[in-house]
Amino acid sequence: MAAHEPPGAWCPLPSADGAQVQLAHGGGGRLGLDLVERLFRPAFANPWLDAAHDGAVLDLGQARIAFTTDSYVVRPLFFPGGDIGTLAVHGTVNDLAMCGARPCHLSAGFILEEGFPLGDLETIVGSMRAAAQRAGVTLVTGDTKVVERGRGDGVYVNTAGVGLIEHDLRIAPAAVHAGDVLLVSGDLGRHGIAVMAAREDLDFTPPVTSDCAPLADAVGALLARGLPLHCLRDLTRGGLAAALVEIARAAGCALHVERRAVPVADNVAGACELLGLDPLFVANEGRMLVVVPAEAAQAALACLRESEVGAGAVQIGSVSGGPAGQVTVASEIGTVRKLELPSGEQLPRIC
Amino acid sequence: MRVTMEYVDAFRDPALAHAIAGRIRERLKTPRTLMEICGGQTHAILRYGIEALAGPALTLVHGPGCPVCVTPLALIDHAIALARTPGVTLCSFGDMLRVPGSSGDLHAARAAGGAVRMVYSPLDAVRLAREDPAGEVVLFAVGFETTAPTHAAAVLAAAREGLENFSLLSALVRVPPALDQLLAAPDCRIEGVLAAGHVCSVMGTAEYLPLAARHRVPIVVTGFEPLDVLCGIDRCLAQLEAGQAEVENAYARVVRDGGNAAARDAVEAVFEVVDREWRGLGVLPASGLAPRPKYARFDAARRHPCAAARAQEPGVCIAGEILRGRRRPDECAAFGTRCTPEHPLGAPMVSGEGACAAYHRYRVPA
Repeated sequence: MAAHEPPGAWCPLPSADGAQVQLAHGGGGRLGLDLVERLFRPAFANPWLDAAHDGAVLDLGQARIAFTTDSYVVRPLFFPGGDIGTLAVHGTVNDLAMCGARPCHLSAGFILEEGFPLGDLETIVGSMRAAAQRAGVTLVTGDTKVVERGRGDGVYVNTAGVGLIEHDLRIAPAAVHAGDVLLVSGDLGRHGIAVMAAREDLDFTPPVTSDCAPLADAVGALLARGLPLHCLRDLTRGGLAAALVEIARAAGCALHVERRAVPVADNVAGACELLGLDPLFVANEGRMLVVVPAEAAQAALACLRESEVGAGAVQIGSVSGGPAGQVTVASEIGTVRKLELPSGEQLPRIC
Repeated sequence: MRVTMEYVDAFRDPALAHAIAGRIRERLKTPRTLMEICGGQTHAILRYGIEALAGPALTLVHGPGCPVCVTPLALIDHAIALARTPGVTLCSFGDMLRVPGSSGDLHAARAAGGAVRMVYSPLDAVRLAREDPAGEVVLFAVGFETTAPTHAAAVLAAAREGLENFSLLSALVRVPPALDQLLAAPDCRIEGVLAAGHVCSVMGTAEYLPLAARHRVPIVVTGFEPLDVLCGIDRCLAQLEAGQAEVENAYARVVRDGGNAAARDAVEAVFEVVDREWRGLGVLPASGLAPRPKYARFDAARRHPCAAARAQEPGVCIAGEILRGRRRPDECAAFGTRCTPEHPLGAPMVSGEGACAAYHRYRVPA
C-alpha cells in the first residue's frame, strides 16, 4: 500500500491505519500471502520461515525432522467425504508429507463452544482416530478449551505434527528448475465444491464428495523408488493456481500448464460452471502437485498410479526459464493466458 | 440439480474455434470495431484469447455490461450504511462485496461488525427473513434483466408469505437504454454489437430491433463460450460485409426471439421502469427497475431511506471511459500499479465481470 493513498478511502486492505482483518485474509490468496510476508515473516525472521514451505525442516541432533501446524475452522463441520476431524489429521499429515517426511506424531487442540453436542464431538474424535490409523500417525498430546456460547463456531481444531526425513533430497520450491515437469495426483476441486454444496444446501447430481485423504504413503512410495523429487505441494486453499504461482515465485522460474490436461470430474466441472468458479482455484484436501525432472516423469506417474490417492495422476505442464514467477495456461482452445493468485476466496458471480 | 459438462465442452472445441477464427480473419479485409456488451463475454474474450485468434484487424470494445461496475456509488454507500445499521442484515451476491463505495466496501463493513450475508439466490434472503422475524433483511438487488426475474420472485414470495421484514434495495438495470446512449454518441466507433445472451434469454430480441435500425449497426445475440463469441463475431462481420444491420440470434440453443414469458411477467408484475444513475455513465432515462407502488413496502429505498452524502469518484480512475468503451483498461495510468484487485480504485477492477479485472487476470504481459 503506497503511503500517499488516502487512508482507508479506497483501500479495503490492511495498512497501519485502523484497517481490520477480513475473511479474504484467510482465503489462500494474495491477501493471506501479504499478511505472511509483511507481518509474520519479518516478525519471526529465520531461514526456516523464509523457505516458504508447508512446514519447517529441522536438524535436531542425529535426526532430520519436519514440523508443521494447521488450524481447522471448516463450516459445515460434516460434509460428504469427511468432517473437521478427518481434515485436521489429513491436512497436517499432508503438510509433513510435502516436506518429504514420514509423518509420526500429532498434537490436537480443541476449542469448543459451550452447548456443542457431545455426540458430534465423539463423531469428530472417531474420525480423527480413523484418519490417524490410516495415515500411520499417533496423536500424542492435546489441549481443550471451552469458550462461551456465541464466541465460537461449534468446534475449532488445531493440529501440529512431526515427521522424520529419511533421505537427503532437498524438496522445496527452490529446487525447481527449467526442464522439470508438473504432475498432479488426481482430479481437482472435489473438496471445495463438496463443502460449498453442503454449506449452501446445493443439491448437485451426481453429488460431489471431498477428496480428503492422506498423501504420505504415496510420497513414501515415490521416495522409496529413489525418484528425484524437486518439490511437492498439497493443493489446499487457493487450489492448483495458488500452488503454481507460489512455486513459480519462490523458484524464480516460469510454469506452463495445459488446461486440457488438468483432470476435473464432470460433476465438479459442471458445478464450477454453474457457480462461475474456476476449478484451478478450488480447494482440495487429498491432491498434490509433484515436480520432477522430465526424465523421471513416467516413473513417478507409474508409482503414483499404484496408490489409491494417486490413481488419477497425470502430467499437466512443465517448468521453463521464462519470466520468473510467471504462470501461463494454454486454454481449451490453445490460446495462452496468465494465471494469477486469487485475491481472496473466489466468489460466485451474479449472472 | 444435475451437473454435467455435456453442453459446455462442445463449445470449447479447438478445431472448430480455429476454423471460425480463420473465417473471421478472411472477412477482415478492412479493420472493424465491434462491442461486446456483457462483462461475462469480456471475460470469455480475455480468458480464451479471442482477440489473438481474430487478428489485429479486429478491435473489440468492452461494453458496460458488468452489473457490479455500473452500480452507482450512492447505492453502494446506501447498502453499506444499511449493513452497519443494528438489526439489519444486508444480503448480497458475492461479487458485490468487494466493490469500493466512498469509504470501504461491504467486506469492510462486515469486518467492522455489520451483518452482511452472501447469498446465492434472492430467495435465500426471503428464507433469512422468514427465519428471523425480529430482524430486518435487505437484499441488495444487483444485475441486468437476467437477474430481475429471480428478484421479482423473491418479492412475490415475501408478499405471498406476508413477510413484514423483507425489502430489496434495487440497483437493477436494463441494457437497451445504455446501448442506445453509447451508439448515439457522436464519436461512436462501434460498427457492430454482440448482445448478451443471458439478458435476451429473458427479454427476447424485440427491444433491439429499433436500435439496430436507428443506429444502422448489426446486433448479434450470442453466448459466453469461445465458440459462441467467435460465432457472434463472424455473424456480425458477415452482416457488415453484406451491408446489413439486423438483429440476429446466434445463441438459439438458449435464446428464443420472444424470450421467457413467465420470467418477463414476474418482472412486469413487481417492477416499474425508472430513470437510474449508472456509475461512469450518469443518469440514463428508463434504464432501471424499481418496485411498483403496490410493492412499496418491499422497497428498501422507501423503507430505509438514506441521506447519503454526494459521493466522489477517485480522480485517477477512468472507469467511466472504460465502461463506455472509449479506453481500454491497459490505457489507464493506474492499471496494475495503483489499481489492482486488492487495491481497486474502481469497480471494473473488482468484479468477476469487470474489464479491468479480466485484463489483470488473464493477459500475459507483452
